[in-house]
Amino acid sequence: MSTLDGKIPAGPIKDKWTTYKDKVNLVNPANKRNIDVIVVGTGLAGGSAAATLAEQGYNVKAFCYQDSPRRAHSIAAQGGINAAKNYQGDGDSVYRLFYDTVKGGDYRSREANVHRLAEVSTNIIDQCVAQGVPFARDYGGLLDNRSFGGVLVSRTFYAKGQTGQQLLLGAYSAMNRQIARGKIKMYNRHEMLDVVIVDGKARGIIARNLVTGEIERHSAHAVVLGTGGYGNVFYLSTNAMGSNVTAGWKAHKRGAHFANPCYTQIHPTCIPRSGDYQSKLTLMSESLRNDGRIWVPAKKEDAQAIRDGKLKPTEIKEEDRDYYLERRYPAFGNLVPRDVASRAAKERCDEGYGVNATGEAVYLDFAAAIVRYGKEQATIKGENNATESRIRELGKEIVKAKYGNLFDMYKQIVADNPYETPMMIYPAVHYTMGGIWVDYNLMTTIPGCYAIGEANFSDHGANRLGASALMQGLADGYFVLPYTIGDYLSSDIRTGKISTDTKEFEEAEKHVKDRIEGLVNNNGTHSVDYYHRKLGDIMWNKCGMARNEKGLKEAIKEISELRDDFWKNVSVPGGAYELNQELEKAGRVADFLELGELFAKDALERNESCGGHFREEYVEKSGEQKGEALRDDKNYAFVSAWQHTGVPSEALLHKEELQFNDIELKQRSYK
Amino acid sequence: MSTKKQKLSSIGKKVLMALTGFFLMLFLLQHLSINLLSVIDADMFNEVSHFMGTNPLVQYVLQPILIFSVVFHFAWGIYLEYQNNQARDVKYAKYKGSANATWMSRNMIISGLAVLAFLAVHFYDFWLPEINVKYIQGDMSGMLHGTDHFRYHEELVAKFANQPIRVVLYVVAFVMLSFHLLHGFQSSFQSVGFNHSKYTPIIKKLGNLFAIAVPIGFVIIAIYHYNIHPH
Amino acid sequence: MNLNLKVWRQDSPQEKGKMVDYQLGGISEHMSFLEMMDVLNQQLIDNGERPVAFDHDCREGICGSCSMFINGEAHGPVKGTTTCQLHMRSFNDGDTIFIEPFRANAFPVLKDLVIDRSAFDRIQHSGGYISVNTSGNTQDANATPIPKENADLAMDAATCIGCGACVATCKNSSAMLFVGAKISQYALLPQGKVEAKERAQNMVAQMDSEGFGNCTNTGACEVECPKGISLTNIARMNREFLDGSVNS
Repeated sequence: MSTLDGKIPAGPIKDKWTTYKDKVNLVNPANKRNIDVIVVGTGLAGGSAAATLAEQGYNVKAFCYQDSPRRAHSIAAQGGINAAKNYQGDGDSVYRLFYDTVKGGDYRSREANVHRLAEVSTNIIDQCVAQGVPFARDYGGLLDNRSFGGVLVSRTFYAKGQTGQQLLLGAYSAMNRQIARGKIKMYNRHEMLDVVIVDGKARGIIARNLVTGEIERHSAHAVVLGTGGYGNVFYLSTNAMGSNVTAGWKAHKRGAHFANPCYTQIHPTCIPRSGDYQSKLTLMSESLRNDGRIWVPAKKEDAQAIRDGKLKPTEIKEEDRDYYLERRYPAFGNLVPRDVASRAAKERCDEGYGVNATGEAVYLDFAAAIVRYGKEQATIKGENNATESRIRELGKEIVKAKYGNLFDMYKQIVADNPYETPMMIYPAVHYTMGGIWVDYNLMTTIPGCYAIGEANFSDHGANRLGASALMQGLADGYFVLPYTIGDYLSSDIRTGKISTDTKEFEEAEKHVKDRIEGLVNNNGTHSVDYYHRKLGDIMWNKCGMARNEKGLKEAIKEISELRDDFWKNVSVPGGAYELNQELEKAGRVADFLELGELFAKDALERNESCGGHFREEYVEKSGEQKGEALRDDKNYAFVSAWQHTGVPSEALLHKEELQFNDIELKQRSYK
Repeated sequence: MSTKKQKLSSIGKKVLMALTGFFLMLFLLQHLSINLLSVIDADMFNEVSHFMGTNPLVQYVLQPILIFSVVFHFAWGIYLEYQNNQARDVKYAKYKGSANATWMSRNMIISGLAVLAFLAVHFYDFWLPEINVKYIQGDMSGMLHGTDHFRYHEELVAKFANQPIRVVLYVVAFVMLSFHLLHGFQSSFQSVGFNHSKYTPIIKKLGNLFAIAVPIGFVIIAIYHYNIHPH
Repeated sequence: MNLNLKVWRQDSPQEKGKMVDYQLGGISEHMSFLEMMDVLNQQLIDNGERPVAFDHDCREGICGSCSMFINGEAHGPVKGTTTCQLHMRSFNDGDTIFIEPFRANAFPVLKDLVIDRSAFDRIQHSGGYISVNTSGNTQDANATPIPKENADLAMDAATCIGCGACVATCKNSSAMLFVGAKISQYALLPQGKVEAKERAQNMVAQMDSEGFGNCTNTGACEVECPKGISLTNIARMNREFLDGSVNS
C-alpha cells in the first residue's frame, strides 16, 4: 500500500486554481498544430473537451460507439445544471456550492477539485448561452432557476426536462464547428478496446470499427477518456444499453488506478421493474419529490391485497398510510438526499410493504399537491365556493404545467394515469461516483492518459448532488482539461508524430484480436445477456443499496465463478469482422465481470457507511440517529485507488488521504 | 461561417412551384368570375369575353405568362415528383401514408395529372378553336358567323347542353382540382415561408373554402348550361 | 401474446435484403417493443441463428438511436413516441407486425435494421453551430435578455433527437423538418442571428447534396416526429433561406 499524490497546488483554496492557471506551462499555437490528442467518448465531458482542444489548435481524434456524438448518454439527463451565479439573489456563492457538494458527497471528495468545479460553474452557463443553448427563461427574458436536491438555494439552470440533451447538443455543435474546420476527426461507431503505452506514456488506442469489425491503431500524444460511468454492471440501471466500463477498465489494466468503485448512486424516483424481461430502468426527475408524497400501506395485509390486485391505493384511508420519509425525517421529509430516500424505500419493501406485483415499489402521491394547488388557484381566481372536483381540476392544471412531460412518460410506460392514482416508484442504479483515479490535472496514473466526467472519481465523493453531473462533465471538458493537458503536452512539442508501426501497438492489437477471436469462436451455450443478468442479480442483491461483509465475500466468489463460466460457455453468434452487436456486448460484459469483483472488494474493504455506500454493520446503534449511516472519518477519510495486478480481487490498494482544511466534517443529519 | 451557394436549391424549387401555383389560383378566380357571368347575363359574359379575347395586354402579356405558368407548374411538378421518388430506391413493404397525411397532400401528382388530362380536353374544346378563329382565320370580330352578335355564350352553351359525358368529365375533373387545391392553397403559403400561429389557421380555412367553392362554381356552370338549354 | 413478425434482414450494405417471417410467443403486454425484439433475438441465438441487428441505446426516448418502421409508420402506431417507448400493449394477440429500417437513399442500411444516418451529422457540420470559442469569458449569460416566447420556441425546435423519423415517414424522404428545426433554434436566438443567413444557405446546400427528397408540405413528418417538432420550423427555414438568397 502506498500513498498517492493528488498534485494539489499549494495556497488558500480559493486561489489554488487561479495560481495554477497563471503558472501552468502552455504550448504555443504553432506547436499545438503538431500535437495529436485522442478523446474517447463524446458526452458532455468528452464532447466539450474535444471541441475546446480543437479550438486551441490541437489535432483531435474523437471516438464514440454511437452512430453520432450527439447520442452519448449525457443526453438523457433531465433536471438541470448547477452554477453559483446567484441570479436569484438568495445568498448563493462559489463557497456555498463548494460546501454543498463536499457535504453532499459525505466528505469523501477532494476539496481542491470541488472548489475548482464551483469556480468554473458560472463560466459554463455563460458559455452555453453563447452557444445557443435554450435555457428556460422568465417573462423578463432572464434565465430561470429551480431548486434541486435538498440544497437551500435556487441555482439549477434547466431546459424543460431535457437539460442534458440541450447541453450535449451545445457541445456537439461546438464539435461540429471543429469537424468542419478539420480540427476534429470524428470516428463514429468505433469502440476503444485498449490503450497503448509507449515508454510508460499513453500514446494511442486500439479501436474496433463497429461497422466493419476492423481493428484500427490510432496514435496521439495524449489520450483522454470521457467514457462515462459503469452503472450497467448492475445490468438494470438508468444508463443507456451501451454504457460500459470497457475503456476505463482497459486503462486500469494498463496501469491506471481505479478509485472508489463501490460508490454508486441509487436514484430513488425510477419507474419500477415490471417483469423479468426488463432491459433497463427509466428515471423520473427528482423534482417530482418537491410535490409528491411518498408512502406505503401501514398494514402488511393492505400491501398484500394491493400486490394481488384486490385493493387500489386510492381505497386506502389516510390513517392506514405510512408516509415513512415524513415519519423518519421530519425536517427534510420527502426531500432527503437520494441515498437516504432510496434506502428508506428498500427498507419498507424488504419488510413486505412494497406495492406492485414484484413487491418492489412505493407510492409517490400527488393527490395532496393537487388539492393544495387547486385551493390556491380557486382563491386567486376568486372562486370561493369551488366544489371539490373543481378544486381538483384547477390543481391538476398546475401539476400538469410543472410535471406534465414526466406524467406523460409515466403513463406511456406503465399505462396508469398518475393524475388519478399514485405513481409507483423504486430506486435504480443511476450514477457511479467512483471511477478512474486522477490527480488535480485530471491525469490518471498513466502519464498522458486523462479521465474526465463521470469516468473519473474526483468531485462527488460518496454521493452526488442532483444537477451536479452535468456541471462536472462540462467543467472538466470546457474549462479544466484544456488547461491542465497543456502542462503535460508542453514537454511533447519536439516528439513529432507517433508511429503506430511499433511493437507496442502490435502487441496491443494482437491482444485485442486474440480476445475477440476467443469470443466468436467459443461456441458456448449461453447468450451474453444470460451472464449479464446473472451478474446484475449478484450486484443488486449483494453490492446494492445495503451491503454486508458476508454478502460481499459471497459476491466476490460468485462473480469470479461466473466469469470463469462466461469464458467457457458464452456463445457469440456471428463473426469478428462485421457489424456484430452480440460481440460488442460480450466484450463489455467480460469487463463488467472483472469490475464487479473489484467493486465488491472495495465495498468490503471500506468498513464504514458513507453516501451511496451503506454497510449494514456500520450504522448508528442508538440515539436520535439510530439506524442511520455511520461514517468513520478517522480510518476512512481516504480515496481507495486500486492497482491492477492480474485478478481483480487481488488488486493492490493505494490510498489518497483526503485533507479537509476548509470544511468541518459533520454527520449529515436530515432529521 | 463562409457561405456555400448553389444554383437552385430544394427550397428554390418548391418556391417556384408555389409562385406558379399562386398565379394559377388567381387565374382560376378570374376565369370563374367571368364564367359565372354566363349564368347571370349572357350579354355581359359576351362583352367581357370579347374584351379578354382581344385586349392586347391580356393576349400578349398575361396569356403567355399563363401558358408559361401552366406548362412550368406541370413540368416542374412531374420533374420534382420523379426526383422525390428517386430519394428512396428500396420501398417499404408496408407504408401507411394515411396515418399521418391527407390523401390530397400525398397524391398531388394524381390530382395534378387528372387536371392536366382535363386541360387537354378543355383546350381541345375551347382554346384551340379560339386560337384557330382568331389567329389562323384572322377573325378578330368575335361575332357568330353570319350574325351580328357575339359567339362566346352560344359556343359555351353548345358544349354542355345535351352533353352528359362532357359534363360528367368536367365534374370529375373539378373534384380532382378541388383535391389539388385543398392541399395546394395552404401548401403554397408554407413554401414561401409563411406560417404564423394566428394567420395560418385562417389561411387553412380560406384555402379549404377556395378549394371547394371554386370547383363548385365551375361545376355549377357546367350543370346549369346542361340543364337550362335542353335540346 | 403470440405474434407473427415480418422483419427486414440484410447482411451488409452491398447485399439485397428481404422480409423474413418469425413466430414469437410469450410476449407480455408490459414489454417495450425493443424488449420484444430482445426476446426474438434470444430465441434466434438459442436456435443458432443470427440475431436481428438494430440501433438502440438510451431506451428512454431521448438519444434518437432507435429507428424502426413498424407496420408502415416510423416508430410504430403511437404518436409522439420513439420505438423504445412503444409498448406491446399497443398490439393484439395474433397480430402481424412489419418491422423495417427507416428507408431513404440518404440513410443506407448497414445491417438488418441498422442504418447510416451520418448525413444528418454532415448537415450539422455545415452550419449547425454558433461560432464561439470556449474562453470562459464570453459575456454574462444574463447580459442579453431573450423574450420568453422566443426562448420557448427555440427550445421546442431544439428538442429534435435526430432520429430520422421525419425522413423515414416522408413520402419524398425529405429532411426539411430536421434541418428546419436546427435553423429555427438558432434563428430565434440573438446569438444565432449573426450567422443566420450563412447557416441557412450552408445547411440547405448540404442537405441537398445528401440526396434527400424535396418537401411537399404533406405534414407527415410533424405527425410522426416523436418530439412533435412543428412544421412552422420548415416555414421559418424557407424564410431564412429566401432572405439569405435575396439579400446577399
